[in-house]
Amino acid sequence: MSELTEQDEAIQVDTEKGNFKYPENYEFDAGIGLNEETVRYISKVKEEDPWILDFRLKALEIFNKKPMPTQWADKDLENIHFDEIRYYLSKGQVPARSWDDVPDDVKETFERLGIPEQERKFLAGVEAQFDSEASYSRMKEDLEKEGVIFVGSTEGLAKYPEIFKPYFGKVIPTADNKFSALNSATFSGGSFIYVPKGVKLKQPLQAYFRINAENFGQFERTLIIADEGAEITYMEGCTAPKFETATLHSAVVELVALKGAKIQYITVQNWSSNVFNLVTKRGMADEGAEVKWIDCNIGSRLTMKYPGVVLKGKGARGEVLSIALANDGQHQDTGAKMMHLADNTTSNIISKSISIGKGRSTYRGQVHMPKHLRNCKNNTECDALLINTNSRTDTYPAITTRGQNNTVQHEASVSKVSAEQIFYMMQRGLSEGEAMSLAVNGFVNDLMKAFPMEYSVELKRLIDMEMEGSVG
Amino acid sequence: MNTLEIKNLNVSIDGQAILKDFSLTIPKGEVHALMGPNGTGKSTLAKVMAGHEDYTVESGEILLDGESILGKEADEISHAGLFLAFQYPMEIPGVSIANFIRAARQARLPEGEDINAVEYYKELYAQMDSLKMDRKFTARSLNEGFSGGEKKRCEILQMAMLSPKYCVMDETDSGLDIDALRIVSEGVNHMRSDERGFLVITHYQRLLDYIVPDVVHVMFDGRIVHSGDKELAKELESKGYDWVKDEFVSASA
Ligand SMILES: Nc1ncnc2c1ncn2[C@@H]1O[C@H](COP(=O)(O)OP(=O)(O)O)[C@@H](O)[C@H]1O
Ligand SMILES: [Mg+2]
Repeated sequence: MSELTEQDEAIQVDTEKGNFKYPENYEFDAGIGLNEETVRYISKVKEEDPWILDFRLKALEIFNKKPMPTQWADKDLENIHFDEIRYYLSKGQVPARSWDDVPDDVKETFERLGIPEQERKFLAGVEAQFDSEASYSRMKEDLEKEGVIFVGSTEGLAKYPEIFKPYFGKVIPTADNKFSALNSATFSGGSFIYVPKGVKLKQPLQAYFRINAENFGQFERTLIIADEGAEITYMEGCTAPKFETATLHSAVVELVALKGAKIQYITVQNWSSNVFNLVTKRGMADEGAEVKWIDCNIGSRLTMKYPGVVLKGKGARGEVLSIALANDGQHQDTGAKMMHLADNTTSNIISKSISIGKGRSTYRGQVHMPKHLRNCKNNTECDALLINTNSRTDTYPAITTRGQNNTVQHEASVSKVSAEQIFYMMQRGLSEGEAMSLAVNGFVNDLMKAFPMEYSVELKRLIDMEMEGSVG
Repeated sequence: MNTLEIKNLNVSIDGQAILKDFSLTIPKGEVHALMGPNGTGKSTLAKVMAGHEDYTVESGEILLDGESILGKEADEISHAGLFLAFQYPMEIPGVSIANFIRAARQARLPEGEDINAVEYYKELYAQMDSLKMDRKFTARSLNEGFSGGEKKRCEILQMAMLSPKYCVMDETDSGLDIDALRIVSEGVNHMRSDERGFLVITHYQRLLDYIVPDVVHVMFDGRIVHSGDKELAKELESKGYDWVKDEFVSASA
C-alpha cells in the first residue's frame, strides 16, 4: 500500500488545462489506448477467473470489428478517439487534485444543491474515496439478514458466480452494439444485486451507498436480479454535476425480473458538457414481472441511451419514463425499446425532452410485437418542448406490430415556450429564468409525479439551475 | 407622487405609429375607464406599461409614483406595483394556479424568506370563494382549457393575490356572461381603495355599470380625444364611436 502513496505524489496536475496527467508506468493504470494487453491487465489487477478474461477478450474482438453506429446516429461519435482514452485506473489513484482546482461554478452548484462538504469533494473528484462506509455497512447488515447481495461487479463475479454468471451478459449480449462490447471488454465498478425470492425491499437502494471511485467510473457494469416475487427500487446517479476529465462514459446495466418480480431503476444524471454518455440499459421481465426505467438526462455533449425491456413472460409489463434536457451545444439522443415476446404483455413509454438554445433532442423508439402474439399493448407518448428558436427536436418512432388483438397507441407533440408566455409570467413578477423554469417544470410535471419524492425535488432544483444559467 | 402618470407617449411597432403623444394620469384611489374602438391602441398601451419588448417607445415617460418604469424589465415593473390583467391570458401547461401565484408571491420576498404555505392557501381559498371559483381550480393548469370567463376570473384572482398599487385591466369584461361580470366586478370593487389606482380598458359601457369609474376617457387613433365622467360612457354607448369621430377627432384635426 505504501507504493500507492508514492504513486499518488507522482500524479501531476496540469492546472492550466484543468486536467491531469498520470505517469505511464503506474501500477494500477492500464495505460492509454485499448488492446489485448489493456484487457489482460485489467483482468489481472482484478484477479479474475479465466472465464471473465475470456469474456473480456471476446468482447474486445467484437468491439474492434463493430462499426460506429454513425450511419444513423450523431456524427459527433467520430470525435471519440479510442486510442487516447485511459481505460482503467484503480481506486487508489483516481484524481488527487485539490479543492482549489475545482471551477467556481461547479463549487457553487454543489453549494446550491446543499451537498455536504465531504460529498462535494468526492463528487468533484478531489477525493478518491468518499467514506460512506459506516452507513453502507449498517445498511448492508440489514440487507444481509434478508439474503440480499449488494456488491461491486468484481466482487459479485468472484464471490457469487453461481448467482450472477447465468445472467451476466445475457440481457445485453456483448455484440449488442459497439459500446456494449467496449464495456464488456473494460468494465469495472457498478453494482451487482440479488434480491431473493419474495423479498420486497421497502427502501430504495442507492448507488450512493457504494460510492467509490470505481463505482463512478467510466465503464461501470450493473446487474440486478430480482428473484421470483421480489421487489427492488434502485437509484443511480447524482444530481451534482459530474465534473470529470474522462470524456467517455459507457455503462451497461442489465436487469432480470423473474416471475412476478418488480424492478424499478431510477437515474438522474447531470453530466458536464464534454462527456460522451453512451449507455446500454435493458431489463428482462418474466411472467407477470415488471421492469420500470425512470431516466433523467441532463447535460453531456452527447448522450445515447435507449432503456429497453424484453417482455419475455406472459403478462409482463415494461415501462420507460424519461426526461432529457439539452442545453446549448448538447445532444440528447434518447428513447426506449420494448420487445414483446409473450401474450398479454404491456408496455408504456413516456418521453419528454426539452431543448434550449442550440440544444438538440432526439427520440428513438422501438416497439416490437410479433405476429403470433395476442393481447399485447403499447402506449407511447413523446413530447418535446423547445425554448428559443434554434432548438431542434427529432422523433423516430419505429413500431412494428402485427398480430391480432394487439394495440399500439402513439402520440407525439412539439410545443414551444413562447415569448408571450414568458412575458405573461414576468408580468406577475417572475424573472426570465424563473419563468422558463416554471414552464419547463410544468412540461415535465405529470411525469415527475411518478418519481420518488426526493428525486423530483432534486430534479426540480436542477431544472431551475439549468434554466437560470441559460438566460443571457 | 401617488399617481401612475403617462406623459406624451409615442409608441410604434414596425415603424407604424400606434400611440401618438398619449398622456394620462391616474391618481391612487381613482378608477379611470379607457374606451375606444378596436385597433386604437388600448392593448398596446397596457403592454408598453407592463414592459413588453416588442414595441418601440419613441418618446415620452411613464412614472409610477414618480419613478420611471419605461425601459425596465417586466418583472421589475411588476415588483414596482403594476398589474396587468391581460385581454388574452396565456396558457401555461402543467403549472397549477396555486403554484403559479405562489411563485409570483415568492418572487416578491427577499432572498431566503419563504412563503407560509398555510397562510397562503387560506388567503387563496378566501379569494377564490369570493370570486365564486371552485377550489378544485387551484390544481388545474393555468388557463389551460379554461373558458374565456374562467380565464378572466383567474386574472382577477391573481390581481387580488398580488395586491398591486395600480391595476390595468384590459377588456376583462369580454367573454364574461352577466353573472360572471357581476362577480368579477364585485371582486374589483372590493379591491378599490385609497391606496390603489385602476385603469379599466373596455370596449363596452356594460362593465362600467358595475365598476363605476371616476373618469372616462375616449381613445381614438392612439390618443385620448375626450374625457368626462361616467355619463360619457353612456353617451358613447348610445351614440357609437362614429359620434366620437365626428365630434372630437374631426374637430381637433
Ligand atoms: N405585435 C404587434 N405587431 C404588429 N402590429 C401590432 C402589434 N400589436 C398591435 N398592433 C397594431 O397596433 C394597433 C393597435 O392595436 P391594439 O393595441 O391591440 O388595439 P386595441 O387594444 O385598442 O384594440 C392595431 O392596428 C394592431 O394591428
Ligand atoms: Mg385590445
